Amino acid sequence: MIPEVFAGGNSVIHSIDPRIKVVSALVYSLVIALSNSFIILLSALAISVALVMAAQLDTREVLKRLTVLWGFILLIWMLVPLTYPGATLFRIGPLGFSSPGVFLAAQISLKSTAILLSLMALLATMSIAAMGHALGCLGIPDKLVHLLLITYRYVFVMEQEYQRLIRAMKIRGFKPGTNLHSYQSYAYLVGMLFVHASARADRVSKAMKCRGFTGRFHSLRQFEPDPRNRLFTVFMVFIIILLATVEVWIQTIHS
Amino acid sequence: MDSDNTLINLKGVSYRYPGGKTVLDQIDFKFTKGDRIGLVAPNGSGKTTLFHVIMGLLKPSSGTIEIFGKVRQKEKDFVPIRHRMGLLFQDADDQLFSPTVIEDVAFGPLNLGKSKQEALDISRKTLDYLGLNGFENRITFKLSGGEKRLVSLATILAMQPEVLLLDEPTNALDTSMKSRLINILQELELSYVLISHEFDVLSKTAHAFYSMEGGKIFRDDREHIHTHQHAHIIGRQPHKHV
Repeated sequence: MIPEVFAGGNSVIHSIDPRIKVVSALVYSLVIALSNSFIILLSALAISVALVMAAQLDTREVLKRLTVLWGFILLIWMLVPLTYPGATLFRIGPLGFSSPGVFLAAQISLKSTAILLSLMALLATMSIAAMGHALGCLGIPDKLVHLLLITYRYVFVMEQEYQRLIRAMKIRGFKPGTNLHSYQSYAYLVGMLFVHASARADRVSKAMKCRGFTGRFHSLRQFEPDPRNRLFTVFMVFIIILLATVEVWIQTIHS
Repeated sequence: MDSDNTLINLKGVSYRYPGGKTVLDQIDFKFTKGDRIGLVAPNGSGKTTLFHVIMGLLKPSSGTIEIFGKVRQKEKDFVPIRHRMGLLFQDADDQLFSPTVIEDVAFGPLNLGKSKQEALDISRKTLDYLGLNGFENRITFKLSGGEKRLVSLATILAMQPEVLLLDEPTNALDTSMKSRLINILQELELSYVLISHEFDVLSKTAHAFYSMEGGKIFRDDREHIHTHQHAHIIGRQPHKHV
């Protein structure tokens, strides 16, 4: 089960209209992803940290997510400086670290950390349900939105079914190995999951029909006007424009 | 409505699974207003299939289905009457597909063309009625089994049906949840057919009993003489049962 750790909270950021958060998260991460100058990336990192702090997220949970990301980043630091062509910055024994490689790795680290932090602050502070509705309001086709919501709803049921099947295999002494029997058993397991999933889908759709479903979803959600929404929008637009213009300005100077 | 209060009338209805066995074989079944029928039958005897045929979810291979005084054949005949018959599915997970309880309960009323406010009002009232206050924003898949069952019942009652088709409603519920559900059923002023294997539930909720066997349905109200074997302490000593 995906526990929505950050979704419940009473901070300012939690109370902002999900649509605004979705759009600003998207544009903000796009600007960071396209920026290259360190001053911009460092400021973006600072802003993202500030957003996380404003959302009053649990520091330990935030770090837990960052460690996952940093695992990948470590890999990049091990590979990119060694393999990227360019002037050697320094050597350790026979290994030469190229300076463009180090720069690139540093950029990737800053960008990904800043983006991940901002997504935690902006996207993870709403429930999946709220996100679905926000996406719907933003013009994402109904079918995709409901695919998201229903997947989210039933992925746990499928997982339970998977666990049940695995348990049934284990109690009868199944030990996975590299042999045909194991592969065949796993194939049966996956096949069974598909069968269960389609049977489940059939029953769910029947249950929906019984309640008058004719292909159109109606939403209960109403976004209430809140002066903080406008304030937050102005703030994010300001930040995004500032970062983007400074970045463009720096790039034109350099070229 | 129809004068003789007949809500559901099946005449010679058969259903066969594609390429499989016949589950319902020339069934005649009449259900009138005020009936509270208990349906007790072995697994695989076609009880769930019968419910699905009545709801128009499965198309019978022969026979006529008359519901609310009209013959229903095609999907479009069933659409306008589905909300007047509430089918409670065996597995509550099939019924609760929305993220939050209130959205799920309001799903039916919204489909019936109610406004958001009306749908919310009806849903809240229904939840209150079932003693589920404070459940509104709970996440459906995080509810316990019993809570899921009650919320599924709420999703059906919110559509203000005239008939309930209950498919093993007390299955896998603990004693307190079971008696809560029994109380609710006793208080509801609705006609229903209830599938169950539990005699304590049936005796408290149903007035007439039916059974199914070999694809047939028949009324089974006779008292059967039967013997029990039971064990208890000092059972070897001569004693009386009252």
